[in-house]
Order: sequence, then structure tokens, then C-alpha cells
Amino acid sequence: MRLINRRPGPALRAFLALLPFLAVFAVYAVASDIRLTENPSDRLLPAPSTIVETAARLFTEPDRRSGRILLWHDTAISLQRLALGVGIAALSGLVFGLAIGLLPHVRAALGGFVAVVSMIPPLAILPILFIAFGLGELSKVMLIILGITPFLIRDLSQRVAEIPTEQIVKAQTLGASSAVIALRVALPQVLPRLVQSVRLSLGPAWLFLIAAEAIASDLGLGYRIFLVRRYLAMDVILTYVLWITLLAFALDWALRALSRRAFPWAGAAA
Amino acid sequence: MSFVSVENLFHSYGRRPILERINLTAEKGEFLSLVGASGCGKSTFLRLLLAQEQPSRGSIRIDGAPPATEPDRARGVVFQRYSVFPHMTVRENIVAGESLSRPLGRFFGAGARAARARADAVLERIGLGHVAQAYPATLSGGMQQRLAIGQALVAKPLVLLLDEPFGALDPGTRLSMHDFLLELRAETGMTVFMVTHDLEEGFKLGDRVLVFDKPRWDPTDPEAFGATITYDFDARNGGIPFQTIKEDIHVHRPSEA
Repeated sequence: MRLINRRPGPALRAFLALLPFLAVFAVYAVASDIRLTENPSDRLLPAPSTIVETAARLFTEPDRRSGRILLWHDTAISLQRLALGVGIAALSGLVFGLAIGLLPHVRAALGGFVAVVSMIPPLAILPILFIAFGLGELSKVMLIILGITPFLIRDLSQRVAEIPTEQIVKAQTLGASSAVIALRVALPQVLPRLVQSVRLSLGPAWLFLIAAEAIASDLGLGYRIFLVRRYLAMDVILTYVLWITLLAFALDWALRALSRRAFPWAGAAA
Repeated sequence: MSFVSVENLFHSYGRRPILERINLTAEKGEFLSLVGASGCGKSTFLRLLLAQEQPSRGSIRIDGAPPATEPDRARGVVFQRYSVFPHMTVRENIVAGESLSRPLGRFFGAGARAARARADAVLERIGLGHVAQAYPATLSGGMQQRLAIGQALVAKPLVLLLDEPFGALDPGTRLSMHDFLLELRAETGMTVFMVTHDLEEGFKLGDRVLVFDKPRWDPTDPEAFGATITYDFDARNGGIPFQTIKEDIHVHRPSEA
């Protein structure tokens, strides 16, 4: 039987899905063990048990100086920046995407401009943002917005343009105005795509968030990682990395679940 | 004046002529089938009727109104595919036939309830009452086209334009759709233009069959000339003219006495 036709059963599938995680963990545990037997005070690869202890401490014990549990404060402020940035980006992506996709005049005016702007590496203009908007919240949120909005606009305007002409003509013969076509025909059909595009751009959004926090901040997940790097506190860094991964995964999962619940028709054809 | 009048219509894409010198009149309630080979301009003619495109020369008037510059409620349309809205349920699609012309594209409150009730009546009539809550993608091709026709008709257009509406259906479904369309037409007295590849279908459903073809043909440059209406058949009585025996001429009429 050809390899392309061989399929794993449910038990094997679950095992195969776990395998890479187990492999990475095993490699890390062995490497850490080798280093620690050579030098018990090695800080580069802390033992898994040390990481668990550190994590328990970070999640529960308040900071001695400020009396706050820093990890939760970091999480709250980072998620707030992320939500603001991604939310504003999604909204403007939707508005501009609809306008560019539906209105030939706007397409003629902005299509090329957005294509060029989306080529600007956002991190390269981070200094400009700090100069223009100061070191406060605004510049961090702006970096996320500038980083992912061009992608969202391009993607959504493309989706709007892909709505079959037949549907747009049909709506016109039913007496729909441009606004009604945008609201009742185009908007509902690109919303599932918006959720999907936002899921795709969450990766870059985290990247921009952590980059901005690493450079100028006094609170936030990215700030903390780059702060403790000075003390080579790998156990703290790894805890934060795992925590960010978990948050990102949970966000992605939540968006997918939302999309399935809110847009039952999108999967109806399958 | 006739209900639909097409006067000296020319259409070309760039320098390539598609349609030449088309003159046509149709009465209210007539069913016209447009047939012809692929690429002979019958679908282009339907798009001109729809006002989706503007003719290079000439004009199309419906019910004496000035030539339209964009698709409007005077024209109902059903395409071969993509004629219904995939994000609306079957009932919402019918309601949309009335509600899209309103300011926000929706009915509110009592108006919405009344529109839903009317939509349910329409769905019962077109045999889709049992799938009112379903999304179009879950329906068969024939049911989707029924829905598309029903949706177009609730907007009460002056003419109904069909662009190969049954082209993607299997032969059995196609036959039942013919009956469906003939029944609806008998009820509404709708004026219909239907583009079809299927001659038999054209003659079966139409009162007239218009054949699109190129009257002039340059073998060295096949695209030098456009197409026009070369035949205009009377398709009533199965396409056989004068078969109705006019017995009344032998009958003694009191008025002639």
C-alpha cells in the first residue's frame, strides 16, 4: 500500500500528535540534566522541576517590592495592548477592505497605496513611532495597528472583490443601494474571513507587541522577558514563553470557535 | 408602444463588435427564448437588458421608461449559479427580495413579522416550505434555482431575465423546473427573457425563439462582425405555426347576416 494511502487509527493519531512535544521535552530534559551534573549552578538550562517551581512562584507570590503579582499585571497590560491594536486594525481593515473591494473609485485611489505600505517593515518604523507618539501606550498599540492593518485590508478587499458579480447584480435588481449591498451582502460574507485573517495576523501582532515592550515599557510580558534576561533567569523566561504560547493558542482557539458558532452557513456546503 | 423595445442596438468590446443592429419588440407577458452558439452574444444581450452593461449604440426601453444605466427593480434576474445569498437562510433570502430595497436593507418589528409570513407563503408555493431554516448550500441545485426564481419574483420585476437557469441541473430536475416555471408564469403573466443552450427547452417554454448568429462571416477574421437576431420563430403550439384550425371561418355569424 502506498504511503499516501496509509492512515493512522485514532489511538496512533493521538500518540503521533503528542510525539513532537514529548521529543522536545525529552531532548530538553536530557540536555539540562547533562549540564546540571557538570555544574549544579548552571542557569542556562534549568531542570523542568525548577521551571515548575518558578512558575508556581510567579503565578501566586506577590512581588516583594510592589506587593503585586507581576505576571498577572504583565498579562493584563499586554492583552489590553494586543486587544486594542488587533481590534482597531480589524475594524479599519474591514472598513477599508469593504470600500476598496466594492467602490471602483476607492480601489483606484487606495489599492496601489495599500500594496506599497504593506511592504514597509513595521519594526523599521518603530523608532519613528516612539518619536512621534512617545514611549507610552500609544506607540505600542500603533505598532501593532501599522503592522497588521495593511495585510488585513489587502486580504479583506480581495475577499470582497471575490464575491460573485452575480450576487451583486442580483442585489441591485432587488433594489439594494450601495450601502445596503455593503451591509447586507458583502459585510456578512467577509466576517468569517475577517476572523480567519485576524487569527493569521495574531502571530505578527504578538511579535510587534513583544518587540515594542522589550524596547520601551515598564510592564508587560515582553518587557519582563527582556528584563530578566539580564540576570540570565532562564526559568522565568521559559515560564513566560510557555505562558504566552498558551495565551496565543487559547486566543486562536476561541476565535475559531466563535467563527464556527457565528457563521454556520460558512461551513454548510461541506 | 410595445412593452420592451430594443432599437438599433450595437455593442462592442474595444474594437471587437459583439452585437450589431438589433431591433426587437416584445409584448407584456411574452416569453422569449434566446438561443445560439457559444460566444454569439446572447448572454451579452441579456446583460444589456439587465443594464449591467451599457450598449455602444442604440437603446433598450422597458415599459416606456428611459434606458436604464444600472440594474434596478424593473429587472429580475436568475443566473446559472450564485443567484442566492449564501449567508442567509432560505426564508431570509425570500424576505431579502422585498427588504433589500429599504433604507437599511431590513424590516423591523411588525413589518419583519409580516414579511416573514409572506415569505413563508411564497416558500409553500414554490415547494421549499420544509427547508425554510436551511442555508442554500445545503439545498440541491434544483431547489437553489427555485429559491432564486422565487426571490426574483417577490420583488415584482417588470421583466424576468434568466441566464441559462437550468444549465447546471440534471435532466430530470430540469423537466420539473420547466413545469415549475410554466406554472409560475401562468400565475403571474410575467414577461420573460431566457438565454438557453438547449433548443428543445427554448421551444418548449418560449412563445418566441430568437436565434442569435452572425449574418456576415469573414473567414480570415472571424471576429470582424458581430451577431444579430437572424430568426424570430413563433414557438407557440410547440413551434408549429398555423396548426390551430380556424374553424370559426366556416361558422355562420349573426353579424354577417
